[in-house]
Amino acid sequence: MCAVRGLTKTYPAVRGRRGIPATPEVRATDDVRLDVRRGEIFGLLGPNGAGKTSLVRQVTGLMRPDVGSVEILGHDIVRHPERAARILAYLGQESTALDELTVSLAAETTGRLRGLDVRQARHERDAVLDELGLTPIAGRPLRKLSGGQRRLACFATALVGERPLLVLDEPTTGMDPVARRAVWSAVDRRRAERGTTVLLVTHNVIEAETVLDRVAVLDKGRVIACDTPAGLKEQVAGEVRVELVWRERAPLDVPEVAALRERAVESGRRWTLRLAPDEARAVVATVTGGAAFAALDDFTLATPSLEDVYLALGGAARQGLVRV
Amino acid sequence: MSVVPAEVLPGSALAVDEQPAREAAELGPRARLWPSLVAVYRAQLSRARVARIPLLFVATFQSVGILIMMRGVVDGGREAEAVVAGSAVLVVAFVALNLLAQYFGQLRASGGLDHYATLPVPPAAVVLGAAGAYASFTVPGTLVTAVFGCVLFGLPLTHLWVLAAVIPLAGAALSGLGAAFGLLAPRPELATVLGQLGMSAALLLGVLPPDRMPEPVRLARDLLPSTYGVEAFARTFRASPDWAYVLGDLAVCAGVGVVSLAVATWAYRRAAVR
Ligand SMILES: Nc1ncnc2c1ncn2[C@@H]1O[C@H](COP(=O)(O)OP(=O)(O)OP(=O)(O)O)[C@@H](O)[C@H]1O
Ligand SMILES: [Mg+2]
Repeated sequence: MCAVRGLTKTYPAVRGRRGIPATPEVRATDDVRLDVRRGEIFGLLGPNGAGKTSLVRQVTGLMRPDVGSVEILGHDIVRHPERAARILAYLGQESTALDELTVSLAAETTGRLRGLDVRQARHERDAVLDELGLTPIAGRPLRKLSGGQRRLACFATALVGERPLLVLDEPTTGMDPVARRAVWSAVDRRRAERGTTVLLVTHNVIEAETVLDRVAVLDKGRVIACDTPAGLKEQVAGEVRVELVWRERAPLDVPEVAALRERAVESGRRWTLRLAPDEARAVVATVTGGAAFAALDDFTLATPSLEDVYLALGGAARQGLVRV
Repeated sequence: MSVVPAEVLPGSALAVDEQPAREAAELGPRARLWPSLVAVYRAQLSRARVARIPLLFVATFQSVGILIMMRGVVDGGREAEAVVAGSAVLVVAFVALNLLAQYFGQLRASGGLDHYATLPVPPAAVVLGAAGAYASFTVPGTLVTAVFGCVLFGLPLTHLWVLAAVIPLAGAALSGLGAAFGLLAPRPELATVLGQLGMSAALLLGVLPPDRMPEPVRLARDLLPSTYGVEAFARTFRASPDWAYVLGDLAVCAGVGVVSLAVATWAYRRAAVR
């Protein structure tokens, strides 16, 4: 349905001016290859600045890649970027174009600009606002809504005027669980009824694990892994994650704790360790008994998540990660 | 969470999908120019109503203030006509040139153009719809200023209907310019500055009577599209207006309008795909 080959994009370096520091060139997309299948919820997972938005902006024809190809449903999007608008609906990270419209007018106008006539646009607007539970706030301008409500309203505009492919850049940012559920059931309904495909950008690991069929993990513009969430987690299946939270500081005078330090990722009072199961048991025994326990505030033991996969794959750059 | 396995989807073609050579799928409909222009116009007008009313007041008060100030300087005749026409058209310049330049500058900088660029809408519809909405938004302010000016300087209200041509045509010329400024300026601050400068030029060169200007300034005045709107309007205050000249001035506005809106449309296209 969507095939990306050798996609590469470098933002040029910007020379510094007075008051504005120079920025070096950034390779935001680095030789990316992806295949999104029809009817799939395909995720792009990565931390801030990994290049997720840059990648989808090239897929949606908004930005021209330096090299590489994007083909959606048989159309060459690099050569004909204007066709993308007739194949897909895009929910960007920004909503400034709609900010001063009411929810209802934003949805209706977007539908009309997607080629619907007035009657269809109003009909679909009402249906979508109702489906997402936005009807009570339909008359309010987006600017005056809460962050999560505004995001949901923008998501609604992406659904007015059916498209076989939805490209959603962090659609659920700032949403509460109810709104999130509304989003995912709207997506699922379209998938079941019409075979809609979804390309989803997220840096939310929990979301990635629960809603995605397949996920590409992005780091510094490169795809470092691509598989089902379960398949990816298998790569670190032998590991257990142990999190220790110290009351004030780690009791480094306890030799076992001092020895653990070089394997831990420290963030404030929290240590995160990825260990083999029996090692983990030993660590828990150490910190829950004896001198270390007095310094311990909290600890958790968990099976690995996609975050562990990400960190494991990110590898060398980070200290104290699992060696796969 | 997804309850539907991909394999059972309607028309599922997971494996087949990977074959490179296959028919390109049919594209969704394109939005036609006229309906999408109307849709953008409606949306922009409602935006302007929500967010720009205070600014319209500012524009009107500014023009009314100028009228009152100039009351002591000019005492009727040609100069009064120029002042009234200039202040009325200034409202158009403020909204269509200045505010529209700011709007497009900010929209572009904040990534808001992505929304339009991922809809199958003709670029001209976005630019003309926004320009039209901003131009219509100037109508009340321009009318208030014109009527107030006529009463203040004792000019006849007989031919005020000519504003029905002056506002859209001067509006087209100035909003095209404003949109082009906003879309072409490399940074939003620069778009704001350009809009402000354009507006200041319209203020200084349009409101002051031309007879008192030195030659180079008068040349600059002739280059400014709002001048022709001002001239056309000013001519209609005479006892028997020379309609051929009025039409000529309006034709210049229309010509500049067509060119500047075309440039703005081109600029939009350029800005939408970076
Ligand atoms: N317009 C731009 N000019 C120059 N560099 C840019 C531009 N946009 C993004 N970058 C850089 O490209 C890299 C990728 O950015 P991108 O916005 O694609 O990240 P992202 O994965 O979407 O991050 P986030 O999760 O924060 O949205 C970053 O290093 C960013 O600083
Ligand atoms: Mg992003």
